[in-house]
Amino acid sequence: MSPEVLWRNPEPRRAYDVVVVGGGGHGLATAYYLARNHGITDVAVLERGWLGGGNMARNTTIIRSNYLWEASAGIYEHALRLWEGLEDDLGYDVDFSQRGVLNLAHSLSDVREGVRRVHANRLAGIDAEWLDPAQAHEVCPILNVSPDLRHPVLGATYQPRAGIAKHDYVAWGYAHGADALGVDLVQDCPVTAVTVRAGAVTGVDTPRGAIAAHRVVLCAAGHTSVLAGTVGLDLPLQSHPLQALVSELLEPVHPTVVMSNAVHVYVSQAHKGELVMGAGVDAYNGYGRRGSFHVIEAQMAAALELFPVFARAHVLRTWGGIVDVSPDASPIVGPAGPDGLYLNCGWGTGGFKATPGIGWCLADTVAHERPHPLVAPFGPDRFTTGALIDEHGAAAVAH
Amino acid sequence: MLLIPCPWCGPRDETEFHYGGAAHVAYPPDPAALSDEEWGRYLFVRANPEGAFAERWSHADGCRRWFNAVRDTRTYEIRAVYRAGEPRPVLP
Repeated sequence: MSPEVLWRNPEPRRAYDVVVVGGGGHGLATAYYLARNHGITDVAVLERGWLGGGNMARNTTIIRSNYLWEASAGIYEHALRLWEGLEDDLGYDVDFSQRGVLNLAHSLSDVREGVRRVHANRLAGIDAEWLDPAQAHEVCPILNVSPDLRHPVLGATYQPRAGIAKHDYVAWGYAHGADALGVDLVQDCPVTAVTVRAGAVTGVDTPRGAIAAHRVVLCAAGHTSVLAGTVGLDLPLQSHPLQALVSELLEPVHPTVVMSNAVHVYVSQAHKGELVMGAGVDAYNGYGRRGSFHVIEAQMAAALELFPVFARAHVLRTWGGIVDVSPDASPIVGPAGPDGLYLNCGWGTGGFKATPGIGWCLADTVAHERPHPLVAPFGPDRFTTGALIDEHGAAAVAH
Repeated sequence: MLLIPCPWCGPRDETEFHYGGAAHVAYPPDPAALSDEEWGRYLFVRANPEGAFAERWSHADGCRRWFNAVRDTRTYEIRAVYRAGEPRPVLP
């Protein structure tokens, strides 16, 4: 039975222990785990629009953990294990469906990169298989594996435990859980600046008044640079539009998730039946939540070549979100700048899948005022030390 | 799709162009003198404003020349284009 309201709609108080900026998946999950795992309930999540209405509402909901490097395997696999128990944990259905993901290889270098990644995944304890084209076709019968394609399918990595979830339900589940534990979820409350005195965070400014807090957590995705700029912190981030689209509702035809970096498309079929497709980012910087049409066109061309059965489907809706892309296609997480400021950014095109994992680790980081071991490799200092976590192969186009 | 006014060829479709990111990033005069932090900033940190942004474009499928533009990253309106080497124009 559903409760009458999932969360209260409180006026912001004048002070909190922790302020989380951004009421998307990451911000809501962080608030939830702060309260549930650490008993820190004097927390506000400040959202400039509505809960889960930014990139949380705009992503293609793909969940997987088959990244190359140990640091990435650590955080994404932690997230995947939490996904596997999330509905029980939250007491809320999020339509998590482990239907697997195929990452296609279209060239010899794709094949080498894919096989290498499968081996790396297995060493890291992550389920991964290398499939030849016939095996990939068995997993996804509508996939065109003909050798006549412009970019033929030469093989694919396969992670059976990967899948999709219903993004809105994930946001609502975390919001409901956090609210029930006493967290204030404040919508229509844009943060215009982080305030600092004597090298330490003192709170945030909003049109609804200043709100004091000695710990401020930025979960603002594409707008992180703007917020960090208010305390003079320059981050290695570039904000880009990322577009996606859905078809009308169709009979179930697509049993898994298929991603292709080389031809720039990723496709799954949502529970209701619409085909959900994403592409690469638009090349230019942008905060406009829309991109250029030719990017959609190229993505559709790629999808039609791989899935001829889509030829008669119609695009129902396209949209864009603003993603913050880092130089090594890995997130930037941890304390930075003035004391009490915590970053969670740089997830670029792939933050959704990390939602439970980063919420868990970021809450732990804030509670103990030091990086959780799983996010320690993702600190901003790596751009000085050179210890980059290069996930371009696993993440650059289709995260 | 953006309609980009190449300073040499006039307005052309975005698909003819290649994006080059932030403009006016000078190579350090003495790279060896930089600290690790300064070198990291030079390599990785670029302006990422919400608003007017000076950026490079190459007319890759046209005259193949690089030039700079000032574009608003909220509206995507191109406020000015100018040739490489020229200073960023002052706009109202």
